[in-house]
Amino acid sequence: MPEPMGFFTDTTVCIGCKACEVACKEWNQLPSTDGGANTLSGHSYDNTRQLDGIHWRHVKFVEQFAADREGGRWLMMSDVCKHCVQAGCLEVCPTGAIIRTEFDTVVIQSNVCNGCRDCIAACPFGVIGTNPVSGTAQKCTLCYDRMQVGLTPACAKACPTESIKFGPIASLRRTARARVERLQGQGRTRAYLYGDDETILGGLNSFYLLEDRPEVYGLPAAPKLPSRNLVPGSLWSGLGALLVGLVGLVSFRQRRMEENGATRGEGRRNV
Amino acid sequence: MRLGRGAATTFPRNLTEADCIVVEGSNMAECHPVAFRWVMKAKLRGAKLIHVDPRFTRTSAMADIHAPIRAGSDIAFLGGLINYTIQHEKYFKEYVVNYTNAATLVREDFKDTEDLDGVFSGLKPYTGDPLNGFVGQYATESWQYERAPADGQPAAPGPESPFDALVRENLKPPPLRDPTLAHPRTVFQILKRHFSRYTPAMVERVTGCPRATFLKVAEAITANSGPDKTTAFCYAVGWTQHTYGPQMISCCALLQLLLGNIGRPGGGVMALRGHATIQGSTDVPTLYHSIHGYMNAPSVLRKHDTLADYLRAETLATSYWANQPKFMVSYLKSMYGAAATRDNDYGYGWHPRISGDHSHLPMMVAMADGKVRGMFAMGQNPAVGGQNARVQRRALAKLEWLVVKDNFETETAAFWYNSPEVKSGELKTADIKTEVLFFPSAQVAENDGSFTNTQRLIQWHHKAADPPGDCRSDIWFTYHLGRRLKALYARSTLPRDAGFKALLWDYDRDTPPADSRIKDEPDTLKVLKEINGYETATGAHLKSFAELKDDGSTTCASWIYCGVFPAPGQNRAASHTPDPPGGPDTHLGWAYAWPANRRVMYNRASARPDGAPWSERKRYVWWDGQKWTGRDVPDFPTGKAPGTPGKPGGIGLDAHSGADPFIMRPDGKGWLFSPAGLLDGPLPTHYEPAESPVANPLYKQQASPVLKYWKRGDNELAAVGDARFPHVLTTYRLTEHHLTGVMSRWLPWLAELQPELFVELSPELAAEHGIRNLDWVTIRTPRGSARAKALVTGRMRPLTVNGKTIHQVGMPWHWGYQGVVTGDVVNDLSALVADPNVSIHESKAFVCSVEKA
Repeated sequence: MPEPMGFFTDTTVCIGCKACEVACKEWNQLPSTDGGANTLSGHSYDNTRQLDGIHWRHVKFVEQFAADREGGRWLMMSDVCKHCVQAGCLEVCPTGAIIRTEFDTVVIQSNVCNGCRDCIAACPFGVIGTNPVSGTAQKCTLCYDRMQVGLTPACAKACPTESIKFGPIASLRRTARARVERLQGQGRTRAYLYGDDETILGGLNSFYLLEDRPEVYGLPAAPKLPSRNLVPGSLWSGLGALLVGLVGLVSFRQRRMEENGATRGEGRRNV
Repeated sequence: MRLGRGAATTFPRNLTEADCIVVEGSNMAECHPVAFRWVMKAKLRGAKLIHVDPRFTRTSAMADIHAPIRAGSDIAFLGGLINYTIQHEKYFKEYVVNYTNAATLVREDFKDTEDLDGVFSGLKPYTGDPLNGFVGQYATESWQYERAPADGQPAAPGPESPFDALVRENLKPPPLRDPTLAHPRTVFQILKRHFSRYTPAMVERVTGCPRATFLKVAEAITANSGPDKTTAFCYAVGWTQHTYGPQMISCCALLQLLLGNIGRPGGGVMALRGHATIQGSTDVPTLYHSIHGYMNAPSVLRKHDTLADYLRAETLATSYWANQPKFMVSYLKSMYGAAATRDNDYGYGWHPRISGDHSHLPMMVAMADGKVRGMFAMGQNPAVGGQNARVQRRALAKLEWLVVKDNFETETAAFWYNSPEVKSGELKTADIKTEVLFFPSAQVAENDGSFTNTQRLIQWHHKAADPPGDCRSDIWFTYHLGRRLKALYARSTLPRDAGFKALLWDYDRDTPPADSRIKDEPDTLKVLKEINGYETATGAHLKSFAELKDDGSTTCASWIYCGVFPAPGQNRAASHTPDPPGGPDTHLGWAYAWPANRRVMYNRASARPDGAPWSERKRYVWWDGQKWTGRDVPDFPTGKAPGTPGKPGGIGLDAHSGADPFIMRPDGKGWLFSPAGLLDGPLPTHYEPAESPVANPLYKQQASPVLKYWKRGDNELAAVGDARFPHVLTTYRLTEHHLTGVMSRWLPWLAELQPELFVELSPELAAEHGIRNLDWVTIRTPRGSARAKALVTGRMRPLTVNGKTIHQVGMPWHWGYQGVVTGDVVNDLSALVADPNVSIHESKAFVCSVEKA
């Protein structure tokens, strides 16, 4: 069994070149928005807007400029499926199309997917979308096909600054922690890791070095699994069931009373 | 011009050894993301990164310091750094005294901009052909060195080459020097006076960069230069595309010489080239004014009548350039082969001569005037990429024929039915007589060939597949066009056709390619062999340009490439041997860098005058007691000991001492002051762009007195401070697109990343005009207008220049009317103005208005 593999994305060295987006599309032969004739989003240099069925890598741009421009920052982050250890999509998939691979990554098998979209709703990161060409739910496979023959995923291979690092999770975590320590030493005290340990969904096999709150990058501070709602959800269901039962009892009682009444005076209407 | 070769002095990978990197005149992260990899590596090692730029770009986002400046004010900023370095005595004294011309005396009649309020001595009106565009010109006699009187005792000549006597005629007495630098006419003192007005307060007034930010930059670069530290500068077209572009670059070279950062690891001036082989296109040139290996093109405007005249006018008696007769004769042999003999001046009389400025802008102006009949546009799209592009599109309509060879039907190919002029009815398709011939082109991966990239590295690329259909490579097209033309001229007896008939033109393959359906694809290795050079009689490949002769016994098209193909089967451009881990990290086995596979040029300067490294940390090339050695190929005669004195009366490198690192300069020194080579002044001086919202705060002289301007009704310039055009406009490229978009706007994966033309505005400017994000905006200049969507961003900021708030407006220029995504042509806004040295336009700083559309 191979080691768990994944990505460590160091956003402090991302130059927002989008080579990862294009390399991903080229390798995975994904279509473009409106055949390329997209529109300007008006949101910084981000025009592909989100991760979805045809954008498996997506570079986010966050502009932070005060009126006096002091300490202005332009944050860039290449986002991708997190390949969660506790994966919501995998949990809800009714057909078993979503599998955990020998590399501990999460892959949707397009030929098994029935396009029900449950996984799209279940992903706390908004990673999955429907690919209009296949009509199925799709997302990053961490280049499962490349990994099976020992190749680096296309995005990591294309990244010119090694912002996207690929490798065994254990070694990526060591690299990432050393990098945070170094940045802290250089006075960049806001640097921290997101998803490098079990606190977030049992660990993210694609984790990040960030320099601001997760929400600034569009990441949930405390993402939850769909099954988190199981206990409270079942309580509500129980309560709901009780209510339905009570209402039923009441209405049956009412109906019987009405039936009795009808029998008494309006019998013909029911004939 | 200050150092001796027109190329980057270093290579991007070597930036990892820098302690500080300044990116100015470049948006390196966006436009050179792969080279920027090494900047990021340097940063990971702890190097400081500084970005000086009008806009906050993806490069600024990575920088420790972003210094905002007004577009076009770089000389004021660099001049401020020079002044700071001199005033605080932070220059590298031992380097400056020994390796530069700081101690050399300049003639008494030289007058500086300090004396003449912004111009140098020798300014006179231009009286030549108006098509050349000059508004003035300099006589440069007064800029020369003060020399000892000639003693009339040349050294006894040793064994002579045929042209040595001629070279010797050009010997001048040595210039006078004062190594104490105290004499008021030393270059150092002139420099000190010249830059004394570039104070931090003045830098702030001219550039708009807050003084505190400027001082942070000055402190960082001086703290990171010296025997133990080096600072590197990276620039690109943000410096070249100004009416004083070469002066910006030379200002940087001047600063780097003062700081002792040239020829040393982690130092240098990194010229970032815009295309994969733009360096190659000037080495083996598509330039009009230069022939292979940076020799001047023969010209009817100079005394170039015979080969001897040409060599007498062009050859420097001292420096490596004293070998020019060998380069030139070997070049003529490559042109005319056996027909080139000693008796007929090796065919020199057949060689085409220039008669003025034949570069792109005057060519298009002449075309607009109906003086050009036909044009080949190959790998170029002037309908979008040309300045004042409207004039250029209208010029195309005056042609009899136009050949466009490209991957897609570009705007240039489609001008006759789809241009804005046709859409508006200004031109009618039926009235356009131009016959447009479109040839589909093969892609890079569809033929063998080479790239010479930004670091002078010649790299071979191999064909991966046949091109589809009728697509053919550029080499196929050019070769077969030449063959067919030669067949047409074969029976001509006219003297003017003799040269064309004699032209050596034989690149047929010996055996047709087995793996291709294109059987007549020429043999690119035969071309490489001719460029590399061979013994004329035997065809044996040359191993080095030191083997070149001036008697016709060697044939070599481009002397600087000699050595790339030293033996059959040994194409060093295709060699892929990296250094082992922990190796010298210069990767001399990876492809081949001209000259002679040297990676850092002038690397003799990485050692002290006595030959020892300046410091252990910055060891690079040194004298080991017998020879020069180190991590790179020494850019110096290998056996010449550091203590060797220059030979009085010697020619070539004999004239230089063992401590003169700049082997291409006649005096062996780096030039803080350029007595020759630049037409617009021996020292950089801040001028305003041809169009500016402010009067020059430094001098009475507003703009360069010798810039080029093609005055025409369709090429008006706004007057200084014209209230109708109050904002500074700068144009640029984005990572997501390539130039006019021919390699990106047709590709959906790239088109979707930046699908529409936009204009970047600060929130302050947007508020003034009631413009919201994504509103349509009209941008106007005296030449034209463009519509774009507003991108309102804090990355743009207003600056205070000379007490006035100046807004800057930014526009990428990748869009046109063909392709998957289209948009207005931004180059319709710019003007036909250029610098006097290389005729490069000014698209980085001009003026405009903005309004909600």
